[in-house]
Amino acid sequence: MRWQDPALQSVYSAPGSELPGEFPFTRGISAEPKPWIMGQYAGFGTPAESNQRFRALLQAGVTGFSVVPDLLTKMGIDSDDPRAVGEVGRVGVAIDSLADIEILMDGIPLEQISQVRTTANSIGYIWAALFVALAEKRGVNPAEFGMFIQNDVLKEFIARGTQIFPPRASLMLAVDCIEYCAQHVSTWTPLAMSGYHIRESGASATQEVAFTFANARAYLDECVRRGMSVDQVAPTLFTFLAITPDFLPEVAKFRAARRVWAQLMRETYGAQEAASEQLRIFAFTAGSSLTAQQPLNNVVRASLEATAAALAGVQTMHVSAYDEALGVPTEAAATLALRTQQVIAFESGLTQTLDPLAGSYAVEQLTNELVESITALMGEIDERGGALACLESGLLAEELSAAAYRQAQLVESGERVVVGVNKFPAEAEPLEVFRIDEATEAAQVGAVRKVRAERNQPEVDSALARLSADVAAGQSVMPATIEAVRAYATIGEIVAVLEQHLGRWQPTDAF
Amino acid sequence: MNLPRGRVLIAKPGLDGHDRGAKVVARTLRDAGFEVIYTGLRQTPEQVVAAAISEDVDAIGLSILSGAHVALTRRVLELLGDADIPVLVGGIIPEADAAELREMGVAGIYTPGTALAEIVAEVERACAAP
Repeated sequence: MRWQDPALQSVYSAPGSELPGEFPFTRGISAEPKPWIMGQYAGFGTPAESNQRFRALLQAGVTGFSVVPDLLTKMGIDSDDPRAVGEVGRVGVAIDSLADIEILMDGIPLEQISQVRTTANSIGYIWAALFVALAEKRGVNPAEFGMFIQNDVLKEFIARGTQIFPPRASLMLAVDCIEYCAQHVSTWTPLAMSGYHIRESGASATQEVAFTFANARAYLDECVRRGMSVDQVAPTLFTFLAITPDFLPEVAKFRAARRVWAQLMRETYGAQEAASEQLRIFAFTAGSSLTAQQPLNNVVRASLEATAAALAGVQTMHVSAYDEALGVPTEAAATLALRTQQVIAFESGLTQTLDPLAGSYAVEQLTNELVESITALMGEIDERGGALACLESGLLAEELSAAAYRQAQLVESGERVVVGVNKFPAEAEPLEVFRIDEATEAAQVGAVRKVRAERNQPEVDSALARLSADVAAGQSVMPATIEAVRAYATIGEIVAVLEQHLGRWQPTDAF
Repeated sequence: MNLPRGRVLIAKPGLDGHDRGAKVVARTLRDAGFEVIYTGLRQTPEQVVAAAISEDVDAIGLSILSGAHVALTRRVLELLGDADIPVLVGGIIPEADAAELREMGVAGIYTPGTALAEIVAEVERACAAP
């Protein structure tokens, strides 16, 4: 029973105007309201510790969750590597081999989960292989559950920086994963075209969407070059965008992104299927809008951001926890973030009307302006040789660095107000923060060594030899990677084999 | 011509790839009249200390958002040994860890939302320390 009176219609429109579910999908990809998938980002410590958190989240009513690998896992480094000291299980869960995935997902029925997301990018292809192998061992058809692999390695070169190999080689590995999924598990999302990290690195809304779609074009062009049709690939994709406190422009951004994508698919790629033109959005409240000062204010910021996404219409949402500027979220903070989504979704009535801000002079004009600026910037990137060329030259990183500096100055000067920071500062009680158990590192190092000691080594060697041969021959790495993870080869071992052929990315000292 | 206010190494030790803060601070210090050297991502503590000594800097700013700040900072301080270069740390740093870092001898600690002016002032003080 809602509070509202009169009853809400699912669609309001002016005669002859664009309707939700109609090309170019400015007003949403569906003609009927659908609740978004509520996911929360979680993962820390050992696989067993994360497994407990996932079970608690499922109990609390999430319909999808995100497995966050630790930094080492994201970068293809095993927990017992000398570079690993101090990083094991810090900002995500430590995963070294299939043995860890088995513990991580223990007691969680895969087929009941609508969406398992992961922030694996540089190792997206290994992540896909791990869950294919897990499903196989459990006797579950991988198509029965949803796997959502970020796998957008190109944006790592612009923002966040977990890239392992040089850009072109990284692109090929990402497309190996996309290709495998499109052919074998089309229910999976093998690429989340990610603007979130780009935005978080200082980009404007225009840059966020334009850089993201430019990267997406690099993947799609390679898919097409390999003989896939755009209609085979595009419907499996999601985009992953930030929601900043910039309320109305953010509502407009999601609408604009849908329109630009639909036009790109139809006009540039000749998509035939409506599903290719329908941009599915995963919206994530901006971590950079959170402050360490007066952290409870972050609850309000995240609520506003989530409301903007709800008004714009998205398929999946994540709300950040209020203590994220201080550390990995506590369970209480993570639960409150989920409750925030639930209050908006189930109490506000916002989910019952599609694109309710359509027709607002402000939102429509902002949408049109963003469509124009995004399209223009994508055109510029195209003229400069496309995303790959622009990221090899460092152009995109330089633009973001300059934009981040400008934004920092706006906050510094007080031109951009951040409550509790540059306006209304006050002492706040220190918050209880989540502590990583210091025993995690030793436990995980012991675990990976035990896996290596107990596995069938000839099986591992033969799989890694096949991987080496396949990558040398320019073939997809997926079949050999699946074989290798099945035999309990570690992620670090797989990456080391590839590195012999692909080389390693070198950092730059430009700022 | 004005003399630089000091030479500062901004470093990203460890594997953390979040470099927005490091770059903003580097640009801020440069514009405030410091000479700034940025290490780029993924430096080992050994590389950071070697760079600090060979570049003869007056202060080192470490940027770490991966949670590995205690282990990495401790290693940098150990390697610095008697070399009298103050170390300042920025990142996602819980209060308990900040206390531990200060005890180790870290000269300044900065979290999201710290005013840039405060960082500039403290870096200047660190550079001027005998």
